[in-house]
Amino acid sequence: MTEPFEEEILGRAYDARLMRRLLGYVRPYRRVVAAAIFLLLGASLADLAGPSLYRVAIDRYIAPQALSGAHRAGSPQDLMRGLAGIAALYLGILAVGFVARWAQAYLMQYVGERVMVDLRQQMFDHLQRLSVGFFSRTPVGRLVTRLTNDVDALNDLITDGVVALFSDIFTLIGIMAVMLWMDWRLALAAFSVIPFVYAVTERFRRRSREAYRAIRTRLARINAYLNEQIMGMTVTQLFNREARSLRDFDTRNISHLEANLDAMRNFSQFYPAIQFLGTCGVAVLLWYGGGQVMRNTATLGILVAAIQYAERFFDPLRDLSEKFNILQAAMAASERIFRVLDEPIAVVDPPDPVPLTKVRGRIEFRDVWFAYEEDAPWALRGVSFVIEPRERVAIVGHTGAGKTSIINLMARFHDPQRGQVLVDGVDVRHVRQQTIRRHIGVVQQDVFLFAGTIEDNIRLGNPEITDAEIRLAAQRVGADRFITALPDGYRTRLRERGAGLSVGQKQLIAFARALAFNPEILLVLDEATSSVDAETEALIQQAMTSALRGRTAIVIAHRLSTVRQADRIIVLHKGRIAEEGTHAQLLERGGIYAVLYRLQYQDQEARQPRAG
Amino acid sequence: MQSRRLWNYLRRHRRAYLTGYAAGVVSITMSQLSPWVLRVAIDGIRHSVPLPRLAGYAGMLALFGLVEAAGSYLMRIQILGASQRIEADLRRDYFAHLQRMSMRFFQHMSTGDLMARGVNDIRAVQRFAGVGLMRSVTTSIMIVASVAFMLSISVPLTLWMLAILPFVTLVFLALGREIRRRFDQVQSQFSALSTRAQESISGIRVIKAFAREDGESARFHAESERVLEANLRLARFQGALWPVIGLILGTAGVVLLWQGGDAVIQGRITLGQMVQFSYYLTRLSFPMIALGWVTNLWQQGHASIRRLEEIFTTPPEIRDPQDPVILDRMRGEIEFRRVSVTLDGRPVLRDISLVIPAGRTVAIVGPTGAGKSTLVQLIPRLADPTEGQVLVDGHDVRRVQLASLRRAIAIVPQETFLFSDTLHENIAFGTPNGTGSPGGTPEAGPAAGGTAINGSGDGPPLERAVAEAAEVSQIAADVQGFPLRYQTIVGERGVTLSGGQKQRTAIARAVIRDPRILILDDALSSVDTHTEAEILRRLGGIVASRTSVLISHRISTLRGADWIVVLDAGRIVDQGTHEELLARGGLYASLYEKQLLRDVLEAEEPAAEPRG
Repeated sequence: MTEPFEEEILGRAYDARLMRRLLGYVRPYRRVVAAAIFLLLGASLADLAGPSLYRVAIDRYIAPQALSGAHRAGSPQDLMRGLAGIAALYLGILAVGFVARWAQAYLMQYVGERVMVDLRQQMFDHLQRLSVGFFSRTPVGRLVTRLTNDVDALNDLITDGVVALFSDIFTLIGIMAVMLWMDWRLALAAFSVIPFVYAVTERFRRRSREAYRAIRTRLARINAYLNEQIMGMTVTQLFNREARSLRDFDTRNISHLEANLDAMRNFSQFYPAIQFLGTCGVAVLLWYGGGQVMRNTATLGILVAAIQYAERFFDPLRDLSEKFNILQAAMAASERIFRVLDEPIAVVDPPDPVPLTKVRGRIEFRDVWFAYEEDAPWALRGVSFVIEPRERVAIVGHTGAGKTSIINLMARFHDPQRGQVLVDGVDVRHVRQQTIRRHIGVVQQDVFLFAGTIEDNIRLGNPEITDAEIRLAAQRVGADRFITALPDGYRTRLRERGAGLSVGQKQLIAFARALAFNPEILLVLDEATSSVDAETEALIQQAMTSALRGRTAIVIAHRLSTVRQADRIIVLHKGRIAEEGTHAQLLERGGIYAVLYRLQYQDQEARQPRAG
Repeated sequence: MQSRRLWNYLRRHRRAYLTGYAAGVVSITMSQLSPWVLRVAIDGIRHSVPLPRLAGYAGMLALFGLVEAAGSYLMRIQILGASQRIEADLRRDYFAHLQRMSMRFFQHMSTGDLMARGVNDIRAVQRFAGVGLMRSVTTSIMIVASVAFMLSISVPLTLWMLAILPFVTLVFLALGREIRRRFDQVQSQFSALSTRAQESISGIRVIKAFAREDGESARFHAESERVLEANLRLARFQGALWPVIGLILGTAGVVLLWQGGDAVIQGRITLGQMVQFSYYLTRLSFPMIALGWVTNLWQQGHASIRRLEEIFTTPPEIRDPQDPVILDRMRGEIEFRRVSVTLDGRPVLRDISLVIPAGRTVAIVGPTGAGKSTLVQLIPRLADPTEGQVLVDGHDVRRVQLASLRRAIAIVPQETFLFSDTLHENIAFGTPNGTGSPGGTPEAGPAAGGTAINGSGDGPPLERAVAEAAEVSQIAADVQGFPLRYQTIVGERGVTLSGGQKQRTAIARAVIRDPRILILDDALSSVDTHTEAEILRRLGGIVASRTSVLISHRISTLRGADWIVVLDAGRIVDQGTHEELLARGGLYASLYEKQLLRDVLEAEEPAAEPRG
C-alpha cells in the first residue's frame, strides 16, 4: 500500500465543529492541561525576566546615573557585589524557567499520547463492530493509516500546536505589559512598527495558506501520477508512450515547482521583512528613547531593556504564523478520522438479545434471498433447507452458485434481504453476534494466520483455551506431528501470513483452531486452492473427518471424500437449490451434480486413497 | 560532495549559489555592523551627544537593517530557489529512469518503496541542497565574524562565551543522538502498532468468526500503550532539548551581565560595548543551534542521495542495442529458437522452439503456471530469454530497436491496467503517436501502414477511430450508457468498470493500434462467452491479416486458431490443429472436456427474478 500518498482532504484550518469534537477527547485530562498551562505561564514569565534584570543591573550598578539627583552609587566593590547578586537571581530564574518548560512539555506530551490511545481504541473498537461488507469495500491500508498516521497528526496539534499558541500569546502580552509598565512612552514608540508587522504577517499568512494548499494538492497530483505510472509502467512501455508520459509527469512536476517557488518567495520575503521591522523598532527606540535618556526622563537601563524586549517581540509573531500548517493538517486528519467513527454499523445486535446458552445445532434457512449490495444481482434466490443436529451436509455447486453466501449468512457476516436464518429455531438476528459465533466454528478457504506463535494462532487470544486443549485439538486433526517437528514446537513464531508453512499445514492449523473452540456447528469452506501433495491430502481428509464428528456441519466441499462422507448433498445452482440427496442418488439422477462430479471430482477418484 | 550526481545538479545552478552566497556575505556584514552602531549610539547617549547625531545613528541602523534584509532575501531566493529546481530536475530524471526499467524491476521493487524514494528522499536532498548548504556557509561565516568582533571588544569576555556556547552544539548533538535512538524505538513500536492494526483488519473475518473482538481490542490497546510509553520516554528527552539550550544561552547572558558589568564598572569597556557584545552573543547563538541542525540535514541528505543512487545506478535490463535494426514494415513472423527462461532460479520455460508464420493465428493452452504468459511476453521484450533466441521477421528481438518492435505489437495482458483518465484517452492510448500534442513519438507513422485508424492527431478522425475500436471490442454499447460517453473518467475518481468492461477497453486500445502482431493473454476471461464470440467475430477481419497469438481456455477461441500449442510445466507437450489434438486425447482433450462441462453449467440461465 502506498498510503502516505493517498487522497488529500484540505479543509479549513479551523472548523469549530471538529474542534469541539476534538476537545471532547482532551476533557478527561483537563487537570493535567491546566497544570501544563500554569507551568507555561511560569516559564513565559521567567523568559521575560532577563531584560528587566539587565535594566536593574545597568541602572543600579553598571551605569548608575544621577537620576533626579539621587546618587546611590557606592564603591566599585559594592557595585560588583550587587551585580553578582542580580546575576545569581537571573541564574535562579533561568533554572526555574528551565524546569517549568521541561515539565510542561512532558505533561502536554502525556496528554497528547493519552488522547491518541483513547482515540485509537475508540476507532479500533468501532472498526471491529463494522460488518464484513465494509471491509470488502475499504482497502486495509487506508484504515491502518487512519489508526496510525492520522491520529498522530492530531497529536501534533495537541502537543505542539495548542501549547505553542498559548506560549506565543503569553509572551506577546507579557512583553507588551512589561514595556508599558517600564515606560509607556518608550513602549508606544517601539509599538509604532506593530501595524507594519501586522500587515506583513497578514499578507504572509494569507499567501502561505494558499501556497500550502497549492503545494499539497500539486504534490498529491504528482504522487498519484507517479504511483499510477509505476503500476502501469509496462503498459506505457508497450505502447511506446514513455515520452508522452514524461511530458505529463513534467507538467505536474513543474506546477509543483512553481508552487514551491511561490511559497519560498513568500518565506524569503517574510523573514527578512520581519527582521528589518525589528531593526526599525530598535532604531526608533534609539532615537526617541535616547532623547528621553538624555533629558533624564528615562534611564539607560530602561532603554537597553526596551531594545531587548523589542527584539524578542518578533519571535512569537513569526511562530504564530507558522502554526497555521499544523492546524490545517490536524483538521484534515480529524475529518478523516471522524468519517470512520461515523461509519454506520450494518449488522447490529438486537436490543433484547436471546441468550442462547445451549445449542443443539439445528439449522434452518427459510426462503432466504440475499444480495451483497443494494443493486447487485441476487446471490441466493429463495433458498430453504433444514439441517438436523449432528447432520453433515455438503454444499456443492459451480462458481457463483451461492455457496459462500450460505456460510456468510450463517456466521452473520451479512444479513439476508428476505427470509430467515434460524439456529435451533431462533432467528440469528435475535441473538448477539458474539453469542451465535461462539457456537459456530468457521474454517475459511484461505487460512488467515496472524503474526505470532502457532499456539497463538490456535488459541486466538482466548484465555479459556488451555495449552492441553490446544495440543489435543492439534492431535485430533493430525497437525501435532508437523508442529512438534518445528524448532520451537507450538511456540514457533510464524512469519508473515504463515510464510514457510505449506498450504496443507495452514489448513491443518485452521482445523485445529476450529476444534479448540469446540463449536456445536462447524462451517467449512473447502474450495479448490492450490494442489497439495498426497500425504498432506490424506492428513487433511483425516482432519476433516475428525473435525466433523459429532457436530452439525456445512461443508462447501471440494474434496470428493468429504462429499462422499456427507449425510446429504445440497446442489446449488445460480442461487437456488437444484438437487438434494446422497452422492449415489445424485449421480444416478444425472443432473447438475453429475456434471459437477465429472468436472471437479472425477479426477480425484484416480489419485485418492479411500478415506474412512 | 557525497555524490557525483548531486554535484552535477549543483553545478548546473552554480550561478545561483554564487550570487546567493555573495548576497549572504553582504547581509552578514551588515548584521555585524549594526551592533557597532548601537554601541556608538549608547555611548553617545551617556555622553549626551546632540539629538540630530542620535537620529543619524538611528537612520544608519535602519539603513544597515535594510541592506541586511535585502541581502538575506536575495540569498534565500537564489539558493532555496536553486534547490527547488534541483528537486524538480531530480524528480524528472528519476521518473525518466524508471521508464527505462524492465517489467522484472517493477515486480521486484515495491511501488511504495519507489514512491518513497521519488518523494521523501528527493525532498531530503532538496533540504540539504537548500537550507543545508545555505546555512552551512552562513553559519561558518557568522561564527568567525562574531568571534572576531567579540575579541576586539574584550578577550576575557570572549573566552567566557567560547567556554559556554559550544555546549549548545554538544547538547544538540548528544541529546540529538539519544533522541534519535529513542525515536527509533518509537518508530519500531509504532510499526508494531501498524502491523497489529493491519493484522486485525485483514483478519477481521477470522476474528468475527471466532468472536474474538474483545481479545483483539485488548491486544491493540496493549500495543497502543507501548507506543505511549516509548513516546513518553522520548518526550523526557526531546522535551528537554530546547529548554536545555535555552538554559545554556541564558547562562551566557548571565555571565555577560556579570563579567561584562564588572568590566564596565572597572572602566575596561563602555556600556555601549557591552550592549554591542550582547548582540554578537545573539548572532553566535543561532549558528550554534544551526550547526547541530545542519549536521542532521547533511546526514539525511547523504542517506537519501544514496538511496536514490541505488535506483539511478541500476542499469535498464532491456534497452536498445548498439546499432539497432529498425523494423519499419514488420511482416509479423515470430520464431522461438530453443528458448528457456529461468526466474529466480526456477525454470519457467524449457527449450521452446516454435515458428509462427506471418499472418497466422496460434492459440496457446495449458494449465495455470505452465508459462504461457512468460512465453508471449518475450515477443515485445517485456523480458528476455535466459537461453535461446526470439526472432521477429528473422531478427533477434534483442537486435531490434525497442520502439519499432513494440510499435507493431499490441498485447492485451491478463490483468487489465487502465489509467485514471477518460475512456477516450485510454483507448486512444494505443494510437502510434497518442493524442493531444502533435508529433508524440518522432519515429511514429509508417509502421501502422495506411489504415484509416492510424490516428495522427486530434479531431474527428481520432474520435472516429476510437469509436470504431470500441465497436470491435464490444465496449461501445456500454459507453453509450455512460452520461459522459467517451469522456467518462475511469478508475478511482470516476466510474468503476466491471472486469469485463476493463478487458474490452484494453482490447479497444490494442485494436486502435492496428498492430502487425496481436497478442491476447487470456484477455477475455471476464467477458461472457457470448460477447467473446462477438468480439472474436469482429476481430476476425483484423486477425485474418495479422499474426495473432491467443492464450485462452475457451474452446470457441481455440477452435478458430490455425494452430494450437499445448504448454505444460514450461514445455510444449503437444501441438497441432484442434481436430488433431482432440484425436490424440492428451492434455488438450481433457482440458477441452472440462471446458465443455463448464459451458453446460454456465449456459443454464435461471428464470429472471424481480428484485425486492
